[in-house]
Order: sequence, then structure tokens, then C-alpha cells
Amino acid sequence: MNAPAAPSSPPSPYSSAIGKSNPESHTLSVLVDNEPGVLARVVGMFSGRGFNIESLTVAEVAHVTHLSRITIATSGTPEVIEQVRHQLERLVPVHSVTDLTLIGPAIERELAMVKVRGKGENRVETLRLAEAFKAKVIDATIESFVFEITGAPRKIDDFVELMRPIGLVEVSRTGIAAISRGPEPI
Amino acid sequence: MSRQMTGAEMVVEALKDQGVDVVFGYPGGAVLPIYDAIFHQNQLRHILVRHEQGAAHAAEGYARSSGKVGVLLVTSGPGATNAITGLTDALLDSIPIVCITGQVPTHLIGSDAFQECDTTGITRNCTKHNYLVRRVEDLPRILHEAFYVAAAGRPGPVVVDIPKDIQFATALYTHIKNIQHKTYRPQLKGDLAKIRQAVEMMAKARRPLFYTGGGVINSGPAASSLLREIVGLTGFPITSTLMGLGAYPAKDKQWLNMLGMHGSFEANSAMHDCDLMICVGARFDDRITGRLDAFSPHSKKIHIDIDPSSINKNVKVDLGIIGDCAHVLEDMVRLWRTSGAKADTAAIAKWWSQIDHWRAKNSFAFRNSAKIIKPQHAIRRLYELTRDRDVYITTEVGQHQMWAAQHFQFEEPNRWMTSGGLGTMGYGLPAAIGVQMAHPKSLVIDIAGEASILMNMQEMSTALQYRLPVKIFIINNQYMGMVRQWQELLHGGRYSESYTASLPDFVKLAEAYGALGLRCADPADLDSTIKEMIDSPLAAIVDCVVDQTENCFPMIPSGKAHNEMILADLSDDAGIEVGNVIDEKGKMLV
Repeated sequence: MNAPAAPSSPPSPYSSAIGKSNPESHTLSVLVDNEPGVLARVVGMFSGRGFNIESLTVAEVAHVTHLSRITIATSGTPEVIEQVRHQLERLVPVHSVTDLTLIGPAIERELAMVKVRGKGENRVETLRLAEAFKAKVIDATIESFVFEITGAPRKIDDFVELMRPIGLVEVSRTGIAAISRGPEPI
Repeated sequence: MSRQMTGAEMVVEALKDQGVDVVFGYPGGAVLPIYDAIFHQNQLRHILVRHEQGAAHAAEGYARSSGKVGVLLVTSGPGATNAITGLTDALLDSIPIVCITGQVPTHLIGSDAFQECDTTGITRNCTKHNYLVRRVEDLPRILHEAFYVAAAGRPGPVVVDIPKDIQFATALYTHIKNIQHKTYRPQLKGDLAKIRQAVEMMAKARRPLFYTGGGVINSGPAASSLLREIVGLTGFPITSTLMGLGAYPAKDKQWLNMLGMHGSFEANSAMHDCDLMICVGARFDDRITGRLDAFSPHSKKIHIDIDPSSINKNVKVDLGIIGDCAHVLEDMVRLWRTSGAKADTAAIAKWWSQIDHWRAKNSFAFRNSAKIIKPQHAIRRLYELTRDRDVYITTEVGQHQMWAAQHFQFEEPNRWMTSGGLGTMGYGLPAAIGVQMAHPKSLVIDIAGEASILMNMQEMSTALQYRLPVKIFIINNQYMGMVRQWQELLHGGRYSESYTASLPDFVKLAEAYGALGLRCADPADLDSTIKEMIDSPLAAIVDCVVDQTENCFPMIPSGKAHNEMILADLSDDAGIEVGNVIDEKGKMLV
């Protein structure tokens, strides 16, 4: 889900005095009307303005009101992140944009399905590791497993790295879904 | 009022309900039902353009000169793609227009049908919003919403794409007044605490400056009059962007002329040296700021804008106030009066004496000639000979545009229509047609270049069809003048493809369209030619043959700061040495 990163042009005299600070990763929650083309608007805004998308997930969360929630992980200097937020807010079908990283520690979860091939001793080792990571076996053959693992993206990264030398075949990840802690909605 | 009608009839009905009196358009297969509905009524006037780009610019000209939403109607496929330049132009200059496009019938969408294009896909990034109508029941709401979205907040273009089967289908039409949009509700009132803080900053300022833009014009006449009030109350100097000309009267002594790349020495110097910048409805565009890391280094900056994304986008400001210019200025005027705030008169007087010193450079001056018409002189004469009239000016894009901005003086808003953000050559003539439709009795002049005018010359035919007496005043130097100037400054005077050989005979061309054609090459004939143009009841083209080598100064070279302007050196007849003023970094810029 990576949009083209900002072109790495040589420093220009017009390059903004803004944005000299260090890049940070932020997770934004965007509530939108689930109308045709709304995702294209969001994604097009990112690519058109040279912003980065590290992960993007979207699904309708209120069927009656046709409200969808888009969770976008992006990176940039705090000034760029502020621009991203305002540019998202300008899109007509957008109800609200919340920077979950700014409002406090949010819960981030991702689901991955990980296919691993192996025989003999490797299979035992694979299952042991999977148990440690609370990954479920959702498909098995005599020479392979598919694991379902849920967690913060970093945990999935770690699991995938452990599977690599054992016989990692492929990974399918959902991208991040995120929600703020506590009783309040965003 | 509610009644059953076809989708095509709904379009006409909704336009009438929105108070639209004129539509610029071009028929085609996918909009025939709407054209049939137009045929059956007399209230809505349709102006047949000669190219859809012309329809879009005409709608822009209409909108900018009247403050109303401009409307164009085009067919699917090429009709829609031809309108793209005009839509993008309206997006960059924040002009409210609604573009209705025909689309192939719903069941053919996606089949690469004849004259099909993905209109909403193509226009997504060049409109403020767009709609593809999938059910005729949604059409009334979408049409009224389109007008609301186009005009509310920061204005912009909106596309409504209507498949042909939807135009034939019937449903209940209801006029929806006062749209309550689900999501789009721009904030009009500024935060009072912040406005109070702004007033405090203004009272403390020693070298303050108002820097205003097109947002003041878009906000309506009240914003311009409130701007005049606050500038008068404070005694601060004021400059404006290209887009904002006319919001403050050019004849006033507090007016420093336009700022930016071809702005005045006093305006740019004041921008650089000020200690408080009050930006009202402008967006710190690169034509304005020049080199960003050297932009107004010693100032506190206040930014009033209706679009939150404009604040802190290019330049970090100290106080951002989100709101409509008129609303915020109204509160600012009131708070300035009631708080008993007083400007630091001693410091301001000193600031003015510094400004007068810059003004004495007379940076728009040029060396006139008795032998050859200088383009600046031509525009000054045009101004002098029309200043007592009810005049609207449009321009094309290039040197003539900058000279018009420098030498034509605007006293009122909505009188100056130019393509600022996108820089669209070919804008001026169709825009003038739109202006003339909004102001049938006024004098409408397109100050043009000979290259730009050829980009939409076909619209002369439109002007003649509707007896619109638009005047096209061509500053003819046979070059794409701004391209030639940059080639002189950046590329060693290698004038690659910027000279137009085989230009048409503009007098004969005018006559071919049925318009008045005049030529003027001798400074002695200039006034009489301009008068003849003004006095003619016809559309007219004046081919004003000017000095080919004239450059547009003053200029902030690319990548330089406000205090590094180059001025025309009037002591040197051979022109000035400008070959080395732009460094390698600057050459990469536009």
C-alpha cells in the first residue's frame, strides 16, 4: 500500500522552511461517507501531494449511516502530518480526521496470514514458535502450515522474521486497524 | 415545489432555482436530453462556445466578475476532457463553477463506449468535489449540493456527471433550499480570542504590513470594504497578490502596489523588512514568497484564511485564524475600535518614511519611446483612456499580464480577472465573454498577448454570435514574451521556439469573424486607436505592435529573496546585465 514517496529532488530554494524536524510515524483515523470513489479521493490526495502511506485499511463501520473508517499509517515531520490532516479534512465526504498518535497511546492491531513450508524437525520448531506468538494454525498439509497471527505490526514483523529461515513462503497482512483507549469515541 | 420530471428537466429546473441565468456549453450525444429541456424554456440562456475550455473560462469570468456561481454544460468524453484545463484553473484560483457533464448510459459505463471517459476519475484531482449520478432520485439533491459545495468555504469547481439514461428517467423534483451538508460545513467565524490577540499584535507593531489576496475578493464586497476600514483605522501599508487586486483601491496612498515576483520594490521590501505581516486571504504562494528560507525573516505572521490547510502550508505563521475574511475582518474592526487599540504612530511614521524611500525607486518605471510603442505605455494609455468608464479587465498569461497588473489601476473588487495559480494561456478571451454576459453594458477588455490569444481565438465566433462587444487588446511582440525573457535570463539568449513566425494578420482575422480589426504600431496613433476600439459597438481586436525586446521588471529572480529584486536600469539603453542573476538552483525552478 505504499504510495509513491515524495520525489527526492535536490534541495530547492523553495523547499519549505517548514518541515526541518525529524520524521515521525503517525496513525490517522478518518471517518468518511462510504460513497463511490471516496477511497480514490483519499489515496489520490496522498499521491498527488507527495505524502507517504505506510498502511491503509478501510471498512464500513456503520451500515445504516454508510460510515467507513479508514486507518492510515503515514510518516513525515510533524508539520507534514498536520498538512496531511488538513488536506484530508478538505475532502468533501470526510467527516473527521483524528491523529491517534497525537491524542495518546492508541491500540493498533494487524492480522497476518503466514505460510511456512517445512518438514521434520522444522515443523516442531515452527509450531513451538507459533504458540509463543499465539498464532493459530488455520491450514495444514504434511509439508506446510498457514498461521493466523494478530497483534501490533512489530509483533508480526518479528514472527515473520523468525519464520524466514525455517521456510517462509508468503505473507498476507491486513494493515493496521487502530482505536483510541478509554471510553470516548474519536 | 415538487413535481415529477425527467432528469434533464431537473437540471434546467435546479439551475433556475439556483438563480442561474446563463449557461456556457457545447452540445453532444450524451447531453442531448438536457439540450432538449433547454430548448423548451426561455428563462435560462445558453451561450454556445466553440470549445469546451472556452465554456469553463467563460463560467469563471462570469463567476469572478459577479460573485455568483458560473455554470457550464458539456458532453461526455472529449467534451469533459476539453473542460479539464478550465476546471483546474478554477481549482487553483478558487473560483466557484459547476460543470455538468453528460455521460454514456449507466449500463455502458466501463465498456469503453463511444465518447466515454472516466470523468469523475479524471476530474477527481482537479475539482473541489465531483459526483457521478447513479439514480435519478438523487439528482435534485446532488445538483443543489453541487452549488453549495462550489460556493461555500474556499470556492472551487464541482463536476456533476450525469449518464444519459438518468437524463431520460423520471422522478420527483424538489427544490432544496439551505442545504445542510452532512460533512462539509466550513467555519466562517474566526476565533474571537485569536482575533483579539491579532489586534494586540497590531497595536504593538512598529513595521506592520497587510498582505492580502484573492480570498478577500471571494469573500464578497463586504470583505473589501472592511479591509479598507481596518487599513484606514490602523494606518498600516497594504499590498496584495495578483489575485487580490482591486480589493483595496490603487489610488490610495497606503497602497504599495502588487507584491511578488513582478511586484513593486516597495511592496517586496516591506514584506522583507516588516515586523508584523497580516495575511488576509492569501496563501504564501511561491510567486509571492520567493526564496522561502529568506522570506520575511524578522516578522511575526498572522494568517487569516477560510481553508485550514493553507495555514502553515508553505510558511510557518505565529497566529492562524480560520474563518471567512469578511467575518474575521468585521470582528477585527470592531475589536480594534472597542478595545481602544492605537497604532504606534511614531514607529509607523518612521516605517512610512522608509517605505517612501523605496517608493522613490519608482520600480514600475520604464523608458518610453517616441518611435516604438512600449508595452507598459500601451497599458497605461489604455488605463487612462478607460478610467472613467465602467471597465472590467481580463488577461491572458505572460508579460502582458504582469504589465497589466503593474500599470492598470483597480479601485474596486471583481474588476480584474486573470489566471493566477494555473497560469492558463488562452484564459482571457473566453473569460471576457463570461464577464460581458454578467455585465452586458460594461466595457470588457481582454489585455492579451499574441501567442495566448491564439489558444482560444475561436471564441471570437461566440462573441460575435451573441453580439458581445468584448475588446481584445493584443500586446504584440511576436514572442512568447515571458518565455523569451526567461531564455534571456537563464539560457544565454537562445530563444528556442519562443518566436512565432507566420502570425495571422489580426486585423483581417477580426474582420473574418465580423469584428472590428485595428492595428497600431506608432506611439502617435495609440490613443486614437484605443478610442476607436472603445467607441465601437462591435467586438474588436487591436493589434498593438510593441517593442519586441522589452522585459518585465522589476523581478525577483527564481530562488532569490524579496530584497534581491532586479530593477530595470533606466540609465542603460542597452538593457541590464541579467545573465548571471539566477544561480544553478534557481534555474531548476519555474
